[in-house]
Formats: sequence, structure tokens, C-alpha cells
Amino acid sequence: MATTIQQPPKVEERRESIRPVGNSGGGGPRNLVPAEGDLRRVKDHAPPPASTGIWVVLASITMTFAAFTSALIVRQGGSTDWKHLTLPPILYLNTLLLLASSITLEVARRRVGAYMTGPRDQTAPPSRWLYITLCLGLLFVAGQYVAWLQLRAQGLFLATNPNSSFFYVLTGIHALHVSGGLGGLARVVRRLNKSVLRKSTLDATARYWHFMGGLWVYLLLLLWMKL
Amino acid sequence: MHDVSAAHHAPPTSFIRKHVFSLDHKVIGKQYYALALAAVLIGMVLSWIMRLHLGWGSYAIPGLHLLSQNGAPGNVMTPEFYLQLMTMHATIMVFFVLTTAPFAAFGNYFLPIQVGAEDMPFPHFNMMSFWVTFVAFLVLVSSFFVGDGPTLGGWTQYAPLSAVGAVAGPGQGLGVVLWAASIGIFCIGQLLGSLNFITTTLDMRTRGMSLWRLPLSAWAWFITSVMGLTAFAVLMPACILLILDHLAGTSFFIPGNLVINDQLQPHSGGSTLLWQHLFWFFGHPEVYIAIVPGMGIVSHVLIANMRKPMLSHRALIYSMGALAVLSYMVYGHHMFLSGMNPVSSLAFSFPTLIITIPSTVIVLIWLGSLYGAKLRINSASLFGLGFVSMFISGGVSGFFLAQPSVDIMLHATYFVVGHFHMVMGVAAMFGIFAGTYFWFPKMVGRMMNETLGKIHFWLSFVGTYAIFMPFHYLGLAGNVRRYQAFVTDSMKPLIPVHQFITVAALITGAAQLIFLFNLVHSRFWGEPASDNPWQATSLEWSTPTTPPPHNNFGDTLPTVYHDPYQYGVESSVGDYVMQASPEKVKTINEEA
Repeated sequence: MATTIQQPPKVEERRESIRPVGNSGGGGPRNLVPAEGDLRRVKDHAPPPASTGIWVVLASITMTFAAFTSALIVRQGGSTDWKHLTLPPILYLNTLLLLASSITLEVARRRVGAYMTGPRDQTAPPSRWLYITLCLGLLFVAGQYVAWLQLRAQGLFLATNPNSSFFYVLTGIHALHVSGGLGGLARVVRRLNKSVLRKSTLDATARYWHFMGGLWVYLLLLLWMKL
Repeated sequence: MHDVSAAHHAPPTSFIRKHVFSLDHKVIGKQYYALALAAVLIGMVLSWIMRLHLGWGSYAIPGLHLLSQNGAPGNVMTPEFYLQLMTMHATIMVFFVLTTAPFAAFGNYFLPIQVGAEDMPFPHFNMMSFWVTFVAFLVLVSSFFVGDGPTLGGWTQYAPLSAVGAVAGPGQGLGVVLWAASIGIFCIGQLLGSLNFITTTLDMRTRGMSLWRLPLSAWAWFITSVMGLTAFAVLMPACILLILDHLAGTSFFIPGNLVINDQLQPHSGGSTLLWQHLFWFFGHPEVYIAIVPGMGIVSHVLIANMRKPMLSHRALIYSMGALAVLSYMVYGHHMFLSGMNPVSSLAFSFPTLIITIPSTVIVLIWLGSLYGAKLRINSASLFGLGFVSMFISGGVSGFFLAQPSVDIMLHATYFVVGHFHMVMGVAAMFGIFAGTYFWFPKMVGRMMNETLGKIHFWLSFVGTYAIFMPFHYLGLAGNVRRYQAFVTDSMKPLIPVHQFITVAALITGAAQLIFLFNLVHSRFWGEPASDNPWQATSLEWSTPTTPPPHNNFGDTLPTVYHDPYQYGVESSVGDYVMQASPEKVKTINEEA
């Protein structure tokens, strides 16, 4: 039944499989080609740009949240209007959800990895754990929204005091970034189902997702200690 | 993170994909160049209007009321409108000219070619980066036409006056919101651009292209993109917080008990210094984001015209890297006068003096390499020399300003205006010109007119010195900056100097029309260019056609065999050997 069997995605082992025409990316500090043109010792392989690119993205997100953190510390420093704020308890549940989603994503990554390197006549791609991750991520964002509603119910709005301002800003910007990650995961699922997923895309998305989890734990600690 | 697309993509067929929403880094580079060109014309006209007013304050400038409803009754500028023009001039020039042209425009076009790649690794992000920047520009310029005009807070937008809203003056309500939105959007564009630049440099180099074999221009773009990545990622949160202070009633930057125009502001506890810290943490690296690409471009241009490599390729690269690292440690020197703890001033003054070391190393390498070189004199190399000259002249005054005790006297005067216009503004501009005259043949396949280029250079060179040197004297004489009229007895005698500067500015500005004419005329009727008109060595001159084909190098990417600047050698083509040539050569010195 050829119609029900999907081709497994191509395994990305060598650069050539990504770039049908190109041979970019052979450089490297020790890969000098001698002037007489001896190419034997040249390593014709560089990491796919997504693996480098994701670190670049994470570096810039780190800088952004470092800026917010320093803003929080400076703002707290000389102010007389800093009013303690009890964090909505649902945040702890949300934290568990997000951490759990990282675990499910790791499971998914391994399954997809095994699927990609496995025999070619397997049936449907293992996207179940990715769906679970997506659901957990959506639940996290929804849970953050509930936390906002709980704060509103206490009469704490964005402009009420600096503590609530920072709470909404930090959780809001983080939730935006998580939503971006959800978009990335949805894209991974779509590409997996169409058998055009690259391992490097999945790995990069996973790194981003784990980073979001770590960032959230950091933010939670910051909010818990400072607000 | 989306691995949006590999570098390889088929040539576009539709008009929109080819020229508007293009994925080709070369088209995107040209789009950035066009944007910078439009922005610089607007910015220059704004400066003309300001200069006219500073020289002859009471005269009406015909048509001025078209720019502002209330700012120019009877076509005479109000003080507020002067500040609005100043703010817009600075914002447009710093962000949309000095950042976009040398970095985004030339970098987009030539970085992938110089590393030997087909394109940047994330072409969709690259396209977004341009269009996001374009939207940011529209948002900024739109503030001229809505509400009571653009913000008058200066490009630094110091809080609390930038954060309290319309009560602080015309444009301080909607104008600031549009400004902050524009800059926030601009940050996104530059972050996307930096992502592509960094991954291109690290991952897309062709066979044999080690990091040390990258041309200096590629190194400069790479270092700049690392700075951009960290600097713009900090400016964006600052803009978000500023907008929230405006629209959501938060008090991030507005202190309590603040009375403006007899109105008590409904805010409490905010920190005005916080804005300055966030802004200048971006703002100082931004200075190097503007100038480092120019350093790379000018080195690249000068080497090809000197026909020999720089004294030390690596020292130049290390120095540019040192500038990048140090640029984050010196930002407080913009805040000596802002109420910061004097001990912090000392802490920021020290690295500021240290940063002159890599700058001096770079300058000495240039001068030492130029010494005894048989320099080919053409428009590109002349502007390269002009860059070196401007960088030195503008940089020397930095030694004085780096010391808090001197800066306290000079900070609010024209001395500072002269300093940063020369070292950052005009120098970077000359870098853009050098790059344009040098790379134009590759970008459009035609040569620019050399005679017009040289006239353009001499008028610009003499003109900019005539404009900005007197600024230093004005500053030493105590002429304050950001004032629209000089009415005190101490400043009245300085007005003739301002009139001289205004005349010089008008003439120098008009000289740029020669460049514009040259650009347009050469684009259509210039002499056809060969593949390598300057007998240069780097990969952009090895493309199979001029301008390069869609995938830059045709069917196979080049293999690199040589260091980037192999001039002064004996090869089958002359006194140089191209990076992609497998020919074994010996240096002329070796032979002797």
C-alpha cells in the first residue's frame, strides 16, 4: 500500500544533502588549503546554519532579559513605591507544565532521530510526543493568562505599582517568546508529517524550547525574590 | 528558531520576488542602500534648514510651514520646531544612514560573496530584516505629519521628559511613541540581520576560506553584527518600557513629585538614570556599529589601491575586536553630566582612555602601510584617505572628552558636536563613499565617472572640515549646543562663525548632488565594467559575471588558496594573485 507509507525524512549526515548545488561551509581555522592546491586535508563539513543560528538567537534573547533584569534592579534600588506582591500560585503549576514539555520534547526528539536513521519502510512518523509537547506549551501560555486574571482580580494592573508592572512585562515578553517556540514546534510537526524535516531544525527548535524553560525558571526566581 | 531555508534557492521569476520581496542578498543590499540614500537626503535637508536658522534666525525659509503646522508661523522656525528637526536629523542619520548603509547595505551585498557562499543562510529572515527596517523608517517619518509633529527630545530621548507625554512639549506625546515604536521595530530588523551575518561568516565559508583568510571588510561586518546583536537587544526593551510609560501609565522612568508646566505628574518612583543606562549601553556600541564597517571597507579599498597588504592583518582584526569589547565598558562617558556617581565617572573614564589604544593601533597600521606605498589615486582611495583623516581629526578631540573634568565644561557645547560629527558621522560617510566608488562596478556592471568622483571628494573633504572644525572653536568659546538662537552677549559675537558654517554646509551639501548625479548617470550610461576593474584579489572579483549571477558563483563555488591580500607578487595576471586562483606565486621581495 504505497499510499499509506510515507517516505522517512532524509538523514542529514553531510552538508551535500542540504545544499544540492552548493559546497559552502568548508572553512575553519585549521582548514587552510595550501597554495599548491592540496585539498586532501580539507574538511568539507561545517555545522548547518540552524545550529549556529539558534545560539545567536538565544544570545540576543539573553541580552534582552538581562536588560529587563537590570532595569528591575535599578528601578527597585532607589524607589519608595516598591510593594510586595504575592505571586499567583498557578505559576508553580505552569512551571511544572513547561518543564514537563521539555521532557516530552526530548522523548520526541529521540523518537524522530531513531525514525530518521531507521529502516525506510516504517509507517507514520512519530509525531505523537510532539503533539503532547505542543499541548503542554499551549497550557503553559493559557496558565500564564490565568495568572494575569488572578492578579487583575486582586486589583493589580499593569500600572498599579512597579512590581505589577514588571510582573506583566516580564511574563508577557516571555509568553511571546514561548508562543514563537510553539510556532516553531508546529512547523516541525508539519515538516515531519510531510517528510521534509531536517534533524538540525528539530534540534534547534528543541534548544530554543529548553531555553524557554530555563529562562522561565530564572524569571520565576527573580519575580519570587524581587517582587 | 526556524531553519527557514537553505542558502540555495532558485532564481525568482516574478517581478515582486525579483525586486520587491526578494530573497537575494544582493537585491536586499541594494534595497538597504536605496533606503539609506533616501534617508540621508531627508536628513541633510533637515540639517540645512537648521543651519539656515542658526545663521540667520529671523529670516523666513519659504515653504517651511509645510513641514509643521505650528512650528513655523510665517515660515520662521519656533524653538520647539528647531529641536524637532534636530531630533529627526540625528535619529534618521544614526539609525537609517550610518547603520544601514555601511553595515546592512554593503554587508548584505558583499559578505556572502566574500566568504564564497551562494546566499545568506536564512534568506527569508534577511528579506524581513529589510522590510521591517523600511517600516521603521516610515513610522519615524510619519511623525512629521501626525499630531503636533515629531518628538523634540533629541535622539537620546532622556527621561523623564521623553516619558511624561504631551505635557513636555510638542511631539512629546504621540511623537515619542512613534519614535520609540520606530526604533523598536528597527531593532528587530537589525537583530534579524545580525543573525544572518554571524551565521554566514561562521558557517557559509567556502572550501579553504579560513577565518584568517576573510578580507578585512568581512571581518568588520562580522564584528559589527556581534555588536549589533547585543546592543539592539538591549535598546528594544528600553523602547518597550518607554512606550509603556506613555500608553499604559507605568512609572519606569518617571520619578514621583514631578511637576512639569505647573502640572504634578501622576507617577512615582521611576528612575531617570535607568533610561540613560539602557540607552547608552546600546548607544556607545552604536558608535562603533557605525564606524567599524567603515574601517573594514576603507582598509579593503586602500589595500587594493596600495597594491600591498596592511602591515598587520591580524593586529587590525584584533583591534577592531577590542573596540567592540571595550565599547560596552565605556558607555558611561556619555553620562558624566547626568547625575551619575562621580566614582562611576572615573570607572568609565579609564576604559574610555584605554579604547584609544586599539583606535591608535588601527590608525598607525593605516599610516604605516600607506607610507611608501605607490597609492593609486582614484575616487575610492581618495575617500579612503579622507576617512583616515576624518577619523584622526575627530578622534583626537575624544582624548579631551574622555576626562570627566574636561568633559564637564565641554559636554554641552559645540565641541562635542564637532567631535562626533567628524569621527562618527563624516568618517562613516566617507567609508560609504569609498565603498560605493569601489564596489559600484561590481554591483551594477558599470564604472562611475572618476572626474566627477574626484570633484565630489575634494568639495566634500574641504567642505566637511570647513563645517566641523569651527564647531570645536565654538565649543571652546562656550557656545552651547541644542540652542536655536544665540542671544547672550557671550554668544552673539560667535554668530558670524555660524554663518560661515551654514554657507559651508550648503555648498558641501550641494556637492553631494554631484555624487547623486554620478550614481544615477553611471547606473545607465557609465562605461561597462570588467569583472575585476581594480585588479583586486578577494572573491567578489571572481564572480563569473558582473554583476554576479543569482547564485553568485555559477555552478561551483570557488575554492580559496590564498590569504586575502596577495599583492606585490608575481603571477600570470600581474602583481597580485586572486584568492580563488590555485596558482603558486612568490612575492617580489622573495625574489629580490
